[in-house]
Amino acid sequence: MTRLHRFLMPFAGWTLALLWITPLLLLAWGSIHPGAGAMQLDPFAPVGLDNFRAAWRVAPFARYLLNTVALVTLLVALQFTVCTLAAYALARLPFRGRGLVFALVLLQLMVMPEVLISENYLVVARLGLIDHVLGIALPYVSSAFGIFLLRQAFLMVPQELEDAARVEGLGRLALLWRVYIPLARPTYLAYALVSISYHWNNFLWPLVVTNTEASRPVTVGMALFASPETGVDWGVLSAGTLLSVGPLLIAFLLFQRQFMQSFMNAGLK
Amino acid sequence: MRPRHTTALAWLLLLPALVLLSAFTYWPMAASLWRSLHMEAPGVPPTFVGGEQLAALVDDPVFRQALRNNLWYAAVTVPLSVGLALGMALWVNGKFAGRGLMRLAFFTPTILPMVAAANVWLFFYAPDIGLLNRALAAFGVAGPNWLGDTATALPAVMVVTVWKEAGFFMIFYLAALQSLSPDQLDAARLEAPSRWFRFRHVVWPLVAPTTLFVAVNALINAVKLVDHLFVLTRGGPSNASTLLLYHLYEAAFKFHDTGYAATLTLVLLALLAACSAGQFFLSRRIHYR
Repeated sequence: MTRLHRFLMPFAGWTLALLWITPLLLLAWGSIHPGAGAMQLDPFAPVGLDNFRAAWRVAPFARYLLNTVALVTLLVALQFTVCTLAAYALARLPFRGRGLVFALVLLQLMVMPEVLISENYLVVARLGLIDHVLGIALPYVSSAFGIFLLRQAFLMVPQELEDAARVEGLGRLALLWRVYIPLARPTYLAYALVSISYHWNNFLWPLVVTNTEASRPVTVGMALFASPETGVDWGVLSAGTLLSVGPLLIAFLLFQRQFMQSFMNAGLK
Repeated sequence: MRPRHTTALAWLLLLPALVLLSAFTYWPMAASLWRSLHMEAPGVPPTFVGGEQLAALVDDPVFRQALRNNLWYAAVTVPLSVGLALGMALWVNGKFAGRGLMRLAFFTPTILPMVAAANVWLFFYAPDIGLLNRALAAFGVAGPNWLGDTATALPAVMVVTVWKEAGFFMIFYLAALQSLSPDQLDAARLEAPSRWFRFRHVVWPLVAPTTLFVAVNALINAVKLVDHLFVLTRGGPSNASTLLLYHLYEAAFKFHDTGYAATLTLVLLALLAACSAGQFFLSRRIHYR
């Protein structure tokens, strides 16, 4: 029984693993086999980069990728600023109504921007930010998740450290800048990785608020590219998909451990 | 520093966050409520209609279909992703050659955007040249048009969701398994030689908080993640695979029916609130045991 087990369990595990990775292997296969070869699993089919060239010609992927990078950079910068200030107030400044404010912030954990797209569109339209990268970013800037995570990190800082720094004559804001933020660096890294992968991949809201390639991120571009109207074949579609996910995928493969660790820490709270 | 200054500083620091939350969370919620209670038409002042729009929504066959689909979608994808995630975590938690590779195989799909995952799966589902039907043809079976048939469209979408999500939930189980104390497990190994018994009575109860966390997240995703529908089925054929949020998108941005969209938004908010309430009560039970 145990012997059978010892053979069977790894076998089942590897089968599942193979099953899980097959779609991605097929994507890679399709992207380097031009024309009809993409759909045939013939090992002697001609190999080439024509599909990538064709995808690059059909859709402005460079522009899409640039927009995504701009969006993610802007968003993380804004999130860091806004969430740090709020988290510091909630963690370290005693004032009346703090519990209530914290509860109001946490409400956003439940009420996600995704389900409010209809009204949020009207708000962004009133601000004149339709088809702007800033318009895509704004609903996500004040993130309850970020505030919660950073507040948690600030609460962990020992009181003695703060007392010592204040004896040195540091004010509240200098304290935040010189003591709290440096000590919370691992939390910032984890939050940044989670936020970057979320927003690199976000689709529905960017689809709604963008109209042109001036602001369209790569997910929206990819979906337009995949729609039957463009008439691209499987090989070109695979190449386009790989182009769009490439940067994040490479970053993930290089920093696997940090990515997984970040998701774990962020999730376990 | 005097307390009054502290209070002023605190509110100042909170100001940007609260302004943005007001604009993109509180105001949209209030506006949805107001709009669902009022009938708006161009050229006439809005009139109060109470629950009329809600009643109309509940009577709408497309809404009912979307709700039914969404319930099925959650009922299948949540347990399946969570169960597979636990299985994967148990596998890659052992010590063996190639463990990193196996972990990578399970986790990589979660790094992709849902739209890309959908693109990948088009390759399997395409009616004539798709991999699934070519494999079936090898056995002499004529496969269905997976995404174009009302019977198979929703299940086909579910498969993509599970493929994309299970590896993500795996890492939370992995963290939980690694935090179990070796002593506990050694004791269990002495007491109970059967693997299944150990799993059922030692590991499963110990990872219960993780199971709750992961299941709630899977449930929330079943409500808020519909990106793949845009590529795979667009909710069709004849709404067979539409989900609530996709239906909301169509109401708001295809048919420009803001009253209907606002009412549907409230329904989605109620569902999310129910998820949170459920999580709250269950987590108290699990942690107090």
